Amino acid sequence: MSALVPLLETKALTMRFGGVVANDCVDFKLGEMELRCLIGPNGAGKSTFFKMLTGQLTPTSGSIAFRGKPIAGAMSHEIARLGVGIKTQVPNVFNGLSVRENLWLSARRKGTGREGAKRVDEVLQRLRLTGIVGAIVGTLAHGQRQWVEIGTVLAGDPDLILLDEPAAGMTDEETVRTAEIIRDINQSRALVVVEHDMAFIRMIASRVTVFHQGRILMEDTFERVVADSRVRDIYLGKKVAA
Amino acid sequence: MAGKLALGAQAVAVVAAGVAVAMAPNVLETFDLMQITLFAAMSVLSLSLAFIWGYGGILCFGQTAFFGLGGYAYAVAAIDYGDSTPAIGMAILVPALFALVLGYFIFYGRISDVYLGVITLTVTLILFNVVNSTSGEEYHIGQARLGGFNGMPSVPTFNMPFDPSNILSPEAAWQVTGFALLGVYLLLRILLVSPWGRVVVAVRENETRAALLGYDPRFVKLWTFVLGGAIAGLAGALYVNWGAFVGPTIFSLATASQIIIWITVGGLGTLLGPIVGCVLIQYLVTKIGSQQAFNSNLVLGAVLLGVVLLLPKGVVPSLSGLVQFGFNRLRGDGGVAAPTGQAAEAK
Repeated sequence: MSALVPLLETKALTMRFGGVVANDCVDFKLGEMELRCLIGPNGAGKSTFFKMLTGQLTPTSGSIAFRGKPIAGAMSHEIARLGVGIKTQVPNVFNGLSVRENLWLSARRKGTGREGAKRVDEVLQRLRLTGIVGAIVGTLAHGQRQWVEIGTVLAGDPDLILLDEPAAGMTDEETVRTAEIIRDINQSRALVVVEHDMAFIRMIASRVTVFHQGRILMEDTFERVVADSRVRDIYLGKKVAA
Repeated sequence: MAGKLALGAQAVAVVAAGVAVAMAPNVLETFDLMQITLFAAMSVLSLSLAFIWGYGGILCFGQTAFFGLGGYAYAVAAIDYGDSTPAIGMAILVPALFALVLGYFIFYGRISDVYLGVITLTVTLILFNVVNSTSGEEYHIGQARLGGFNGMPSVPTFNMPFDPSNILSPEAAWQVTGFALLGVYLLLRILLVSPWGRVVVAVRENETRAALLGYDPRFVKLWTFVLGGAIAGLAGALYVNWGAFVGPTIFSLATASQIIIWITVGGLGTLLGPIVGCVLIQYLVTKIGSQQAFNSNLVLGAVLLGVVLLLPKGVVPSLSGLVQFGFNRLRGDGGVAAPTGQAAEAK
C-alpha cells in the first residue's frame, strides 16, 4: 500500500515574490531510495524549490507531501523531524563550534547519546573528517566546511537528503570523492542534488530534472537530457559559450 | 588531558570559593561584608544576562524588568506572608512567568533581535513609570503598600526557612547570598555542558541550521529567556534583602544599562567574566563615590571605552588568553594563544 505513496510529491507548487514567479506549478515526484539531480541556470528556481521543501519558505499555492503527509507551510524543524535533511547553498554550519559538536547536535535529535556518538563516529570516518574533529568549523577551508555540513545532515539519519550545490568550491579530487559519497549514501536513502557541474552529474549518473524559469522543462536520464536541444539552448549552450 | 586538568582546576576553584564564602565573616568587618553581599547579589543579576546574551544570543536590554519584579514580588510577599521563605519563591516565580508571557510574544512572533532590545528596554521603563505612580494609599497588595516613587521601606529581610522569628544576621545573609551566587554559577555551568545547554549555544550560532536539524529555535530561546528571568528575579530578592528596601529605580535605564556594561567589561560568552566585571565596576563606583575629584559616570564611561578599544573581548577572555599563551610558551610550543571564549556570532 505504502509503496504507491511516493517519498516526496509536489503538486502545482508555486512561489511568487511580488510580481516575480520563482516557481510556477511545479509537479515533482520522487520515489523511496531514488537519486535525482536538479539542473537549470541561475534563477531557475531550484533553491526556492528546496526552501519550500524544508519550510524556509511558505509556498504561495500548491501542495507538498512527504510520504503522503502534507508539509507545505510547516515549520522547518517539523519537516526536519519527519526525516528531511538539507545542505543549503550557502553553507549553514555552527561556525563557533567544533566539527564533532556540529555532527553531534544533529545526531542527538534521534536516539540516545550512545547511538548518537556512534553515528557521529561513523559519519566522521565515512567523510574522512577524523583528523579535524576538534577544529572550530569557522576556521576550516570552504571545501571542508561543505563536508562538515554534509556530515551534519548525515548524522541526523534522515530518509531524504537535499544537497544544494554540494561540490561548489571543491577541488577536482574533492568533487570526485563527493560523488562517491553521494552514491554511497544512496545505498540506503533518497537524495535530491542541485548541481551546475555537468561532469559531477555524469559521475552520479541518475535521473535529471531540468528547471527553467521556475518550471520543470523536462525530466529524463542524464544522456537524454544532455542530448536535448532545448536544454542545450537554455543551459549547456550558455555554459559552453561562456 | 588538558580538558581534565581544566575541569580539576575548576572544581578546586569552586571548592575554594565555597570555603571563602563560609569563612568571610570571620575575616571581614561587617561593613565590608555588607559591601560584598551587594556585589554578590548584583553578580547573580549579571549572570542572568550573561547566560541569555552570551550563550543564548538574546540581547535583553531590560533585564532589570525581571530583577525589579523579583524585588517587588519578594517585598510584597515578605510583608504579606510575614515569612521570607515563600517570598523568595515568589521572587523567582513571578518574573519567570512574566518572561514566559513576554518571551512567547517576542519569540513566537518572530520579532528580530533589534526589536527585542527595544521591547525589553521599553518594558522595564514602563514598569518604572507604573510603579513610580503608585504612591497613593489605594495602591497596595494585601498589607503591602507599593509606595510609588518612595519605594517600600523596611521590607522584612531573610529569616530561617519557615521561622519568621529567627531573622538572619548580616553574616548569615552574606553566606546565603554568596552561596546563591555560587549555586547559580554551578547550575549554569552544568546546564551548558548538558545536551540542552549545547542546543542553546547551537541556536545562538546558527538559528537556521538548528531549525533544519529539527530544533525549534523559538522554543529554545523562550526557555533560555525564562531561566534568565527567574535568575534575575532571585537576584532581586537578594538585593532587597541586602537593603531592606525596594524602589522604582530598580527598573531604571541606569540600572538596565549597567548590567550590559558589566558583561562587556568582564567578557561576553563567559560566566566568570560578568561576575568579575560586575564586582570591578561596582567597586570602582563605590570608591569614586567617596571622593569629589571625578564624576563617577565620567570614569565609568572612560573605563568602558578603554575596555572596548583595548580588550574588545573583555577582561576575563583576554586574561585567560594571556595565561594560555604563557602556558604554551613554557611548554616550548611557542604557539599562538588558542582562541578563547566564544567565537563572535556568525551573522
